[in-house]
Amino acid sequence: MLEQVKDFASHFFVTGDPLIYGADVSIVVVSLAIIFVLTYFKRWGWLWREWLTTVDHKRIGIMYLIAALLMLFRGGVDGLLMRTQLALPNLHFLEAEHYDQIFTTHGTIMILFMAMPFIFALFNIVVPLQIGARDVAFPYLNAISFWLFFFGALLLNISFVIGGSPDAGWVSYPPLAELGFDPGPGENFYLLAILISGIGSVATGINFMATILKMRAPGMTLMRMPMFTWSVLVTSMIIIFAFPALTVALALLFIDRLVGAHFFTLTGGGDPMQFVNLFWIWGHPEVYIVILPAFGVFSEVVATFSRKRLFGYSAMVASLVLIGIVSYLVWVHHFFTMGASADVNTFFAIASMVIAIPTGVKIFNWLFTMYKGRIRMTMPMLWTIAFVPCFAIGGATGVMLAVAPADYQYHNSYFLIAHFHQVLIGGVVFGMLAGMYYWWPKMFGFKLDERIGRWAFWFFNIGFYVCFMPQYALGFMGMTRRMYTYPEGLGWGPLNFISTIGAYMMGIGFIILVWDIVYSIRYGERDLTGDPWDGRTLEWSLPSPAPHYNFARIPVVTGRDAWWIMKYQMKPEERPDLGPIRPIHMPKNSGRPFIMGVAFFVSGFGFVFNWFVPAIAGLVVVVLCLILRSFEYDAEYYIPVHEIEETEAALGRL
Amino acid sequence: MESTHSAHAGRFPWAHIVGYILSLVLTAAAFWLVLAHKAGLATTLVVIVLLGVLQILVQLFFFMHITESDGPAWHTVMLLVGFLFVVAIVGGSIWIMSFGGQVVA
Repeated sequence: MLEQVKDFASHFFVTGDPLIYGADVSIVVVSLAIIFVLTYFKRWGWLWREWLTTVDHKRIGIMYLIAALLMLFRGGVDGLLMRTQLALPNLHFLEAEHYDQIFTTHGTIMILFMAMPFIFALFNIVVPLQIGARDVAFPYLNAISFWLFFFGALLLNISFVIGGSPDAGWVSYPPLAELGFDPGPGENFYLLAILISGIGSVATGINFMATILKMRAPGMTLMRMPMFTWSVLVTSMIIIFAFPALTVALALLFIDRLVGAHFFTLTGGGDPMQFVNLFWIWGHPEVYIVILPAFGVFSEVVATFSRKRLFGYSAMVASLVLIGIVSYLVWVHHFFTMGASADVNTFFAIASMVIAIPTGVKIFNWLFTMYKGRIRMTMPMLWTIAFVPCFAIGGATGVMLAVAPADYQYHNSYFLIAHFHQVLIGGVVFGMLAGMYYWWPKMFGFKLDERIGRWAFWFFNIGFYVCFMPQYALGFMGMTRRMYTYPEGLGWGPLNFISTIGAYMMGIGFIILVWDIVYSIRYGERDLTGDPWDGRTLEWSLPSPAPHYNFARIPVVTGRDAWWIMKYQMKPEERPDLGPIRPIHMPKNSGRPFIMGVAFFVSGFGFVFNWFVPAIAGLVVVVLCLILRSFEYDAEYYIPVHEIEETEAALGRL
Repeated sequence: MESTHSAHAGRFPWAHIVGYILSLVLTAAAFWLVLAHKAGLATTLVVIVLLGVLQILVQLFFFMHITESDGPAWHTVMLLVGFLFVVAIVGGSIWIMSFGGQVVA
């Protein structure tokens, strides 16, 4: 009996590596600390009522933001471990298998569990406030989306200490990812974590499309929407049509692994390249899913901090929509080397280059917005300005990669690694950090400290170039991605060492950024006006943080930059009469989204280990939650007028 | 924040029941056709695609309220966009993946 338990535990828990044991200890210590703090300060009820059951878009957004920062830390540590392993030739800091696991989780986490929640954080926090709505179209579904993401991320992350991490790369191509070459639960963790959080992502796309199309304040026509809202609308469209392709690809691979089907095994009549095709039908639109909201952030930030209207609004909208559509016509450039016909490669090469045109239009419009503007070099603006050259270089190397014949040289080399880190860090991470600094006062009621923020900015920025510029050269010198060590005498040592130094500088930048947040919680400048940046859009018309119903009276919009017009251009007698305060219709909190997330987690965990009892039981609870929801007739309530008046008076708004 | 049960409260949801049965029948038919090997490869493919298109129509009409609308007909616009993407993805995939005819046989 004891032997059986020991044998089970030695497979169930990941053993053998001192790094993992260290992680085990820290996970236990941190969990105990959280439990202790919550119990000691009697905060369990607060946690449940205010956060776990909330359907308020602002709180859901904050939870997404915290999760994204945690995942940025986890993914960043993965990156640092890889850079440490590659710092010098012939190092054995990590074993080969461990290295495989780390590059797999690094990619998966950074794209799906860092970039996605980061954009969803901003969607949630900003969009309803910008369009003058009181919540999203489907608040309950919004909570479900968050908890599915959360438990999907948890499922992937526990693989690191239980069962073993996935190790077939973040793209998880068969035949390597099939059961024959990759037995064990690691790959299952990858598949189920993404399948579960993918349901949440599609729901978020639907939710925000419905919110933006149906819930804008009176007077806000499409062409009066703030640019960030426009970017979310286009992003939602891409999410809705792209994510199903990923779900299909991963579900088919899962069926292959679970019941021995042959969708992607050549010997059984399947075709592994079909997985690659399906994966990138999602995968390429995915990079626009994460970059377009960043473009939206830059548009808001540039206009606000140049004190100018955004230059070329219609051209900006047109290029967003164009990018959204053409993003569906370029996916083959991820596998030019598959050997499709020359016609195919030519078509997709040209389509890929075409995307550079609307993107260039946007870059020039941001520059023209700054031209002759009164620029204030605040933190959001600094990240935005840093983005421009970084993304321009990344875009140029992207066009180089889009040249199909040349791609046979660059394919899977460090040139590619440098390129996509340049667009994803220089575009998405810079953009999300700009957005975080910009809307932070709206979320929490205080600004992040600028002086500390600058230290973080310069460490991260210089570190970025030190880390990734040498990788372009390494790519030309023949170094390919995913190699876990390299011999001496190839001349790769010095450049790799420099690159590692840069990675550590970025790590220091991240630590300073966290310090900025911790410091500002106590000492940050309080935002008492609700409009700390002299903003242009409706979210700045509200107190910081906004009351849970957002707008006591729904505003009437008379033009672009609605709040700017109200502030500076409208005479008091021109203000539309909004009428008296009326009771506000709001959704009730619900614990069911959280329970549904737990049920999905239990089911997913069961499927990972082929334990069908918890797998089925979890799904039964999910269905039960759905049925209970269908019979729920009392999911909303009204906030009475006197309560609204009291809140508004306390905020000094009456 | 539309009221959860506003539209059809009180009436028996016939459309949903009929739609549900139809969608099950269409799915089962496709499965049976493939598992039973009753027709040749080309015929099977064509019939499955037709069943798939019917399935989409069932979903749109019985569950997704395609005929109901207040305000601009956004669903029509999005369906057209979806149609464009589907043509690009399905047509594109066939074009791309036909490279390996000599490999997959």
